[in-house]
Amino acid sequence: MNEQVTLQPKDFKSDQEVRWCAGCGDHAVLSAVHRAMAQTGIPREKIALISGIGCSSRFPYYMNTYAFHGIHGRAPAIASGVKMANPDLSVWVITGDGDALAIGGNHFIHVIRRNINLNIILLNNQIYGLTKGQYSPTSFQGQISKTSPFGTIEPPFHPGELTLGAQGNFFARSLDYNVKLTTDILVEAAKFQGTSVVEVLQNCVIYNDNAYGYINDKAYKEDRQLILEQGKPMIFGKNNDKGIIMEDMQLKVVKLGENGITEKNILIHDAKAQSPLIHWMLAKMNFPEFPVAFGVIRAVEEDTYSLKMKRQIEYIQKNSKIKNVDDLLRSGNTWEV
Amino acid sequence: MADNIKKPVRELENVVIRFSGDSGDGMQLTGTLFSDTSALFGNYLATFPDYPAEIRAPQGTVGGVSGFQVHFGHGEVNTPGDYADVLVAMNPAALKANTKWVKSGGIIIVDIDSFTEKNFQKAGYNNDPLTDPKMKDYNVIQAPITSLTQESLKDLNLDNKSVLRSKNMFALGMVYWLFDRPMDFTNKFFENKFKKNPVVLEANKTVLKAGYQYAESSEALQSSYSVAPAKIEKGIYRNINGNVATAWGLLAAAEKSKLTLFLGSYPITPATDILQELSTRKDLGVKTFQAEDEIAGICSAIGASFAGHLAVTTTSGPGLSLKTEATGLAVITELPLVIVNVQRGGPSTGLPTKTEQADLLQAIYGRHGESPLVVLAASTPSNCFHYAFVAAKIALEHMTPVILLTDGFLANGSEPWKIPEMKDLPDIKPPLIKEGAEDYKPYKRLNDNMVRGWAVPGTKGFEHRLGGLEKMAVTGAVSYVPENHQVMVNEREKKVEAVVNDIPDLKILGEESGELLLIGWGGTYGHLYTAFRELRKEGFKLSYIHFNYIKPFPKNTAQILNSFKKRLVCELNLGQMANYLRMKFEGLSFLQYNKVQGLPFTVIELKEQIKKILEGK
Ligand code: SF4
Repeated sequence: MNEQVTLQPKDFKSDQEVRWCAGCGDHAVLSAVHRAMAQTGIPREKIALISGIGCSSRFPYYMNTYAFHGIHGRAPAIASGVKMANPDLSVWVITGDGDALAIGGNHFIHVIRRNINLNIILLNNQIYGLTKGQYSPTSFQGQISKTSPFGTIEPPFHPGELTLGAQGNFFARSLDYNVKLTTDILVEAAKFQGTSVVEVLQNCVIYNDNAYGYINDKAYKEDRQLILEQGKPMIFGKNNDKGIIMEDMQLKVVKLGENGITEKNILIHDAKAQSPLIHWMLAKMNFPEFPVAFGVIRAVEEDTYSLKMKRQIEYIQKNSKIKNVDDLLRSGNTWEV
Repeated sequence: MADNIKKPVRELENVVIRFSGDSGDGMQLTGTLFSDTSALFGNYLATFPDYPAEIRAPQGTVGGVSGFQVHFGHGEVNTPGDYADVLVAMNPAALKANTKWVKSGGIIIVDIDSFTEKNFQKAGYNNDPLTDPKMKDYNVIQAPITSLTQESLKDLNLDNKSVLRSKNMFALGMVYWLFDRPMDFTNKFFENKFKKNPVVLEANKTVLKAGYQYAESSEALQSSYSVAPAKIEKGIYRNINGNVATAWGLLAAAEKSKLTLFLGSYPITPATDILQELSTRKDLGVKTFQAEDEIAGICSAIGASFAGHLAVTTTSGPGLSLKTEATGLAVITELPLVIVNVQRGGPSTGLPTKTEQADLLQAIYGRHGESPLVVLAASTPSNCFHYAFVAAKIALEHMTPVILLTDGFLANGSEPWKIPEMKDLPDIKPPLIKEGAEDYKPYKRLNDNMVRGWAVPGTKGFEHRLGGLEKMAVTGAVSYVPENHQVMVNEREKKVEAVVNDIPDLKILGEESGELLLIGWGGTYGHLYTAFRELRKEGFKLSYIHFNYIKPFPKNTAQILNSFKKRLVCELNLGQMANYLRMKFEGLSFLQYNKVQGLPFTVIELKEQIKKILEGK
């Protein structure tokens, strides 16, 4: 992946008409993906984008790279095969909350556990869009949908918690409206060696409109969003006067200037900390008690699966007497007639 | 004892021996050593292991009996044998499990030391089975194997456990004497294996010899037998079972296509050995991926195929079901993929360790939509190598998934195999599109075989999208146009049918026309062929064809089928091939003989059935 080229976002657009509903959050994410890919400087032929099934999984057709529209839930498995076959490729997975966490839950946790160097973009709209409005594994308990007319009775999965639970090394969160933030995060994810999971809170304007309005409403979004930056204190709020501290092993929102709190007391974000404990707490933060955390929450590099696979093969090849199939067929117990 | 009187030696054409004992008694090794010696001696040979179904069944129970059958001969040997001439039973449970597999008049060697009240109970006998009048049908040799093993090792400083562990070699020594086999190969094996443990080495050699001498001097054994070497084609040989042969055939295809082999698989009996074998072959650059489930196994293979590897997934019945949806994806994306299905008894978990041929129609049709692919079946343990190679060659050159059917019988059965040389195998030429080619349209047909070009990620200028949605002909853009769907469905079917141009004609054994045509496919070849050969020898007239290529059928299939008055299809299911043939060759009628017991056919039952038809009964 050493080769660098200069490309514009439009170079990554395909000639296919984009078919998402007008106002769907996917449009913004597509634009962020095009921008991020241009920024990484990776040539188009070195990029493979793999998806499953769902609204978001239409992505491949809108890309002018190599791409593969798979089957429901299986994108991480297909992408794993692509990456193992050719580790030089930059391999991206586009998935949704139903695709990744319901039917594909098993692949999702195992690809993370193996640390296969993929960039997984999980568009979380808390609903099944393509099948027209059934609740998903991230729908909040009580959510009304076509298959839960009286409210769901199941608690949701939180993608961040699941990622960290599966020993994930990279987890970030963005919001579809914030194309700049999404782009920045995707560039980070692309650079990261290992499985990176980027959750994008995405609005399904048709079946679950304004699901994230409570975080994104102009009136109070600064008070309800914490944008994390590496090495910077966790300060947020319209007047930059709120912060996160650690007290009794718990996160807590405080007001700067109150009770003698100064910037010095505020937690400094360290996505590179080995322990996922604070990352987990950050990923779990939710309204109304907390602001919702955005940005790169965890980014700890470890050897990737492909690297370990390559090393093992090279080591065995160096030390084995069997160099080709003829050698193999004649190895061990043979006799001549 | 009459040490110095040489006992008579009798000539035999073929012999079947079954070694059986507790799973801890080392019967697999004993059987393998005997077969290796017989192979070196120059006999024809086929073997089959019979593992207990439970991994750790209680010692001494019938559930814990492990067996190994070897059939060797001066004449042709194509099956591990229906019934045994000699049974070695290390305990009452082994006797109970196997007596029904011994020919009347056969020899049964038992370790009489293990025939105790306690062991009768464990085996589920009410009293000493050797006193049963039925035992009169056999020549029972009551050998004190355990005590003589202990006796022969008393001077070596060995713990009792190690002493008992070598009692299988006492039995092997007896059988070596009985069949006049040399012991040097086995001694050499010990020298290699116990290089670092001279006491154990000495113990094994001593016990083997003690067994040999015991048999020689035992009055119960009146004569020994000799099975003369066969006239075997010159060459270098090795023993191979179906699973290893499958793995190696795939490796050969990777080398011949100059592609890396990728295996995405999930452990499942009896296919796991292929994954295990290829996992050890990192030296040949194989990438093996033990996926989180069957679906990820095939999906990772599809990904690897998209990226330009020779991609394979291996499984058994239930796993094939789980892979169904993804198989359809490989069909519509027209990517090369080999799916090996080692058939076992079904449905559901069924009989996981037993053999069956009941996945045939699933292989041909078992997907939603019109979803054609190529179906092949191997027919002997060693030709799994050839058909795995061919499966990969067809997949790569025709850009299609191929299902290769083997079965539990082929997978675990082994036979000597004349080792081929790689230079004699054909090259494999996948339609890879290289950088600089003029242009690339993913679904443009490159030739009469309807094959599309394979441009893999990394190739500059040919970026394209594949996927499960229907594609526009030529361009590969998503298309919902009704007429286009028809075009693509037809093209996919034609592409698979065009494989017929690259496969050999069916070989007919016997006359080219006549009264009765015997028909088989897949793993039943050895039994059907033996029945056919023996009946011909007895003066019956019949011909025989065996299918390895199933979808598509070889070109001359209709012509052969039409040349006989009666057609008898024998298969280990309720008639799937017979029904498929009826459908494909409308107007022809097919008789069928079926068995679904998790067991292979016996030659005896096949001959009976065929005779009935020939004699018009
Ligand atoms: S249904 Fe919802 S998620 Fe799907 S395209 Fe329309 S707005 Fe987007």
